[in-house]
Amino acid sequence: MAEPRPRASTSDRLRAVLHEAGGLQPVLVPIYAIIVALVVAGVVILAIGKNPLDAYWALLRGMFGSPDRIAASLGRSTPFIGAALSVAFAFKAGLFNIGAEGQLLVGATVAAWVGTFSWLAGLPGPLLIPIILLAGVIGGGLWGGIPGFLKARTGAHEVIVTIMLNNIAVLFVRWMVGSRDPVILRDMSASVPHTAPLPAAGRLPTLVSSEPPLHLGFFVMLGLCALVWFILKRTTFGFEVRSVGTNPNAAKYAGMAVNRTMIAVMAIAGAFAGLAGAGEISGTTGFLSPGVFASIGFDAIAIALLARANPYAIILTSILWGSMLSGAGLMQQEAGLSIDAVRIVQALVLLFVAADVIVRWIFRMRRDGAGGLASTQMSTGWGSTT
Amino acid sequence: MSPLRVGRRQTIGVLFGLLGLFLVAYVAGNLAEVDKGLTFEPPPDALKIVFSPTTLVTAIGLIFVLTGVASFFERRSERLVTGSLLLSTILFIPLVIVVALALSDAPDTNVTQLLVESLRLGTPIALGAMAGLWCERAGVVNIGIEGMMLASAGMGFMTYALVGDAHDPGALWLSVAVAVVTGGGIALLHALLSVSFRVDQIISGVVINLLALGLTGFLRSEVIVPSGISTGVPTGTVPLPGLSKIPILGPQLFTNRPIFFAMFVIVGVTAFVLFRTPFGLRVRSVGENPHAAETLGIDVIRIRYTAVVIGGLIAGLGGAWFSLESQAGFEDSMTNGAGFIALAALIFGKWRPSTAFAGAMLFGFTRALGSRLQFLGVTVGDFSIPSEFWQSLPFVVTIIVVAGAVGRAVAPASDGVPFERSR
Repeated sequence: MAEPRPRASTSDRLRAVLHEAGGLQPVLVPIYAIIVALVVAGVVILAIGKNPLDAYWALLRGMFGSPDRIAASLGRSTPFIGAALSVAFAFKAGLFNIGAEGQLLVGATVAAWVGTFSWLAGLPGPLLIPIILLAGVIGGGLWGGIPGFLKARTGAHEVIVTIMLNNIAVLFVRWMVGSRDPVILRDMSASVPHTAPLPAAGRLPTLVSSEPPLHLGFFVMLGLCALVWFILKRTTFGFEVRSVGTNPNAAKYAGMAVNRTMIAVMAIAGAFAGLAGAGEISGTTGFLSPGVFASIGFDAIAIALLARANPYAIILTSILWGSMLSGAGLMQQEAGLSIDAVRIVQALVLLFVAADVIVRWIFRMRRDGAGGLASTQMSTGWGSTT
Repeated sequence: MSPLRVGRRQTIGVLFGLLGLFLVAYVAGNLAEVDKGLTFEPPPDALKIVFSPTTLVTAIGLIFVLTGVASFFERRSERLVTGSLLLSTILFIPLVIVVALALSDAPDTNVTQLLVESLRLGTPIALGAMAGLWCERAGVVNIGIEGMMLASAGMGFMTYALVGDAHDPGALWLSVAVAVVTGGGIALLHALLSVSFRVDQIISGVVINLLALGLTGFLRSEVIVPSGISTGVPTGTVPLPGLSKIPILGPQLFTNRPIFFAMFVIVGVTAFVLFRTPFGLRVRSVGENPHAAETLGIDVIRIRYTAVVIGGLIAGLGGAWFSLESQAGFEDSMTNGAGFIALAALIFGKWRPSTAFAGAMLFGFTRALGSRLQFLGVTVGDFSIPSEFWQSLPFVVTIIVVAGAVGRAVAPASDGVPFERSR
């Protein structure tokens, strides 16, 4: 005798969903963390004798003050989404990818190189753009696969290897793009070192020509977020990735190929970063000059941590991050404050999200639900995998 | 008769053998027949060894071939295999120098200076590695060493720029002190986050690196640049009494700068305190098994705080090296990854002071060698090897070393695990 199930009211259901997600806290803690970070950074700004309120007001208008500025903010955020997904995807498998920086650069380089192949020149955009993006995916994937392979084979810690590969990538690309004898990728008709520009058909369509422009790549990145969510939650491979991340030993006893998963995860993570780099080449710059993408990969680590490696949260945190950097220009103009003030705010936001204990204490929040970053153990030292 | 065993060492042996054959059959014959020299002193009364590159490369190549053959006699004599592999590995250094010298136009190069330069460039890496050693032996992973060094370098030079008088040694020492204290202060933040709040230690390290980058960039453009002092007089050279009189080494090695000398003292003191004193035993026990240590009445939290802050002070001195000893001045992200290379040296050294020091010096050597070879201008055929190649040498060597060594390196058992006091 089945009793008719009581129909849950909308608010009940909402509450249930919220409870499952750990209450409102996953949203409130970052917001409060931003407030605390602004206050602390305000003290630093005051200490050098400038007015933090003026600075923040200019920053806010620089971020979202006009449709053009909003577009610029979204444009600036675009590569962060892909790079942060790279870091987050590796996190899910318990790997710490500091190498998004290098993977993005290598992806961008391969894209800039392939895009100027002479026999591709006549192709229409719908064909050429995917080829360019794919080139970035392959370049980033290979560069990301190296630390995965070394970790699986020799136990070399990916943190060290990816950092070294970042440095190698920067030097290698500087040589490839800058070298005059022999000429490798340098556009010899230009006075400053950069690669030859992509053909017009190879450029991702610009939606708003702000500075930087909002191009179609932004929506490619949004699609990538959905794809990552799908892979992680709805595929066998995603289950393996999460199992390896939660407990490699259990995954091994369950018959999963832990080493192979690790190599695949690092290669895929690299591919995401490579796609972000290729998207910037095709959508924003049109060519590669050494040094343009500096620190995107490092920022991506902070963005991924802020988002707790959640693919959808990454969209929001990337926009927050990108728009702050984009708005910093106006702050510098109007308040006469170094752009680095924004960097301090960003670091403090991450600090207070990570140490949510402080925020909870200030705002008298009870700890309920899943808890914050403090309860997510991303790493356990340097233990080698065997 | 046992079947031939082909393991890791045989593989390495075969690689050496093939390289040896290549050297003897191809490289040696194609080097220019010009005698080159290795000098050990600066010009006036230079002690000099003149040699023929062809002969030397042939000799080293033959040793490599013999090493390859010997590696298959592991059953007969393990010591022979270990010894020959070690010898061949060490011979890599003269091989690279000799080949590079033969491929360049320079008639000779100063070897002593190269070694001293290696020690000099290894100084911040060794200090960073000691900083990491203190933290990690107490069970706290510290990837924020880079940020600690950068912040210390920035704060140190900011003090120098504010105090101003370049010729007052007191100002310089005050700046160094500020750098050291900055390192300690940031380490306190790391301890607060990772020990008290049990934030993931990697995240805490990332926060520190990010904060240091923002803070130093901010201070540089808001304080240092407006002060008008962008460069100054770095710490001067001091002759060590007695030792500086030794011929050859004295003037080049023992007449040097203070942080350079302090580095050796710190490595020695770290090794002594951590491994020869009751306090060091406590630190290490906290890193291996904090709960057992707690049962014995050790205050785990306090020990971890102390060790992390000691590490931070050492990292602070490493930061001072960048902005007050190597040069007086500060540039954005001037530490340029030294903190991370220090971690690699620490892992290479298997969390032991002497071997971590050796690792740091290996990286110092690759960096010194890189810039020396860049200076010599090496050409292979028509291809002049680009400077970027030499600059990437330390990073490539780091990867090779970590991939080769870490499989057998075991971190302190509780490294990276937050400690919760039992109730």
